[in-house]
Amino acid sequence: MSAFWHWFVVIITLVFIAVMVWLFIATGKARVPSGTNKEGEETTGHVWDEDLTELNNPMPRWWLWLFYGTVIWSLGYLVLYPGLGNFAGTLGWTSSGQYAEEMERATAQFQERFGELSQRPLEELAMHPDALRIGRNIFAHNCSTCHGSDARGAPGYPNLTDGHWIWGGEVDQVWHSVYHGRQAVMPGFGGALSDQEVTRTAVYVQQLAGRQVDSTLAAAGQRHYDMLCAACHGADGTGNPMLGAPDLTRGIFIYGGSMDDLRYTIVNGRQGVMPAQRDLLGEARSRFVTAYVLSLNENSNGSRDD
Amino acid sequence: MLHEKIEKNTALLAVLIVVAISFGGLVQIVPLMFKGAIVEPADGVEPYSAIRLAGRDVYIAEGCYNCHSQQIRPFRSETERYGHYSVAGEFVYDHPFQWGSKRTGPDLARVGGVYSDDWHRLNLTNPRTVLPSSNMPAYPWLAERMVDGATVERRMRALRRLGHPYTDEQLESARDEVRGVTEMDALIAYLQGLGTEWTGQRAAPRAGGDL
Repeated sequence: MSAFWHWFVVIITLVFIAVMVWLFIATGKARVPSGTNKEGEETTGHVWDEDLTELNNPMPRWWLWLFYGTVIWSLGYLVLYPGLGNFAGTLGWTSSGQYAEEMERATAQFQERFGELSQRPLEELAMHPDALRIGRNIFAHNCSTCHGSDARGAPGYPNLTDGHWIWGGEVDQVWHSVYHGRQAVMPGFGGALSDQEVTRTAVYVQQLAGRQVDSTLAAAGQRHYDMLCAACHGADGTGNPMLGAPDLTRGIFIYGGSMDDLRYTIVNGRQGVMPAQRDLLGEARSRFVTAYVLSLNENSNGSRDD
Repeated sequence: MLHEKIEKNTALLAVLIVVAISFGGLVQIVPLMFKGAIVEPADGVEPYSAIRLAGRDVYIAEGCYNCHSQQIRPFRSETERYGHYSVAGEFVYDHPFQWGSKRTGPDLARVGGVYSDDWHRLNLTNPRTVLPSSNMPAYPWLAERMVDGATVERRMRALRRLGHPYTDEQLESARDEVRGVTEMDALIAYLQGLGTEWTGQRAAPRAGGDL
C-alpha cells in the first residue's frame, strides 16, 4: 500500500471515530429545550398532526456506555491487529503467519508420531498395522473417488485387489504409479482399420482372453493385431508394464470386455490417467497409501505370476 | 433548528445518510482498487484461453457456483483437503470471480489435475457412476451442445477492453481453438486448469507433516 493510501485509511478511520464520539458528546450536552408539551415536559419543538410532539430525553446511560465501549474496543483492536493502513499491529498477527504456525505444529506432531515410520521400507510398511491404518484412511479420502472405497475399481479405473497390474506390481512400480502418476497412451485405430477390421481385431482380443469365438474371424483379426497392437501388448498379448499396456490374456478389461467396449477402445484409444500424488499428498502420506495398496494384494501374491 | 431541518427535508436526510455510511466503504474498498498486490496477477497466472473461457461460461451458466466454492482459506483443515490457500492474484482474470459462499459440493479452487479428464466426463454425465453417494445433479446435455466460436471471440474482445492482456493472435485463433468442442470438453478444460497456474503454491507442502 502506498503512503497515500496508508494515510487515506488512517486519517479517515481515526477522524471518523473521533467525530462519532464528538457527535454523541455534543448532542448529549446541547439539550436546549425548544418547547414544552401540555404536561410541561421538554420537547424537541416539532409538532405533527396538531398536538403530537417528541420528548427531548437524554439517551439511556447503558446505551451510551455500550457505544463508548465499542469505541474503546475498536481502538484496542487497531493497536493490536493490522487495520490502519500499513501498520501491522503490535501483536504482529497475520493470517498467513497463523496458518504457518498451525502447519508447523501439525508437522511436528506428524513427525513425532509417524516420521520415523514413514521412512521404513515399503515392504515393511505393507505389513505394519499402524502404517496400514493411516494408509487406509488416506485411501478413503483421496483414492476411493476413482478406485472405489473397497479398492475394487470401476469401469475405467483398475481394481487394486486382484493382483493384476497394468503398470507393474513390484514395490517400486506401485510407488511410481502413486507418487509420480501414470499416463496411458493407447492411440485410436479408427483411421487405420475399417469397421470390419476393428471387429475382427476385437474378436481376436477376446480369443486372447480365453473366450470361445469364431476362429476364422479371430485369425483374420490376428493379422491386424500383429501389425498394430503387438508392439505394446506383446505378440502373445501379455502386455508390457513399462508402457502401461495391459495383459490381454487375463480376461480383465478395465474399460469393459464386451464387443462394443472393445471396439470403442480400438477405434478411439484409451488415455487413462493416474494423477501424481507428489504434490497432492506429499511423500510421507504417499508412502503410507502405497503400503496400503500393496497390502491389498498380499492374498493374491500367489496368483500374480500365474 | 438544525435537527428539524434535516428531519423534514428527505433529500438532505438521504444525502447525509449516504455520507455517513460511505466511510466504511471508502476505507475498505477504495484502496483495494489501487493496491498492487491485488490487481497484479500472481506469478504464472494468465488470462483464460478460449476453450477455458468457454468452459467458465458453462460453469456460470449451469450455476456450479451454487454448490461449489472457489476459495481455499488459510486453515490446515482446508489446505490438507484442497491444496494451498488461495491468494488474491489468482483471481485477477476472473470477471466475475467464482468464490461462491456455499459448499454443498467440495471446493474447486485447485481441482485441476486431481482427477483425469475421463473421470470428469463420467462425473458430469452421471455422478453416481464414479461415486455412488454423490448428490450432484447430472449434466449429460453438455456433451451434446457445441461451443460457439464467434461468441467466445466476442467475449475475449470484451475482456481485453477490461484490461485482460489478450494478444491479437489469441483473439484470431479463438474460433479455431473451440471448433468442434462441446460444452463438456470446454468445462473439463476449465476445471483441469483451476488453481494450477500460480507457481507460488509449490513452495509450501499441502499436508502438514511432510518431509
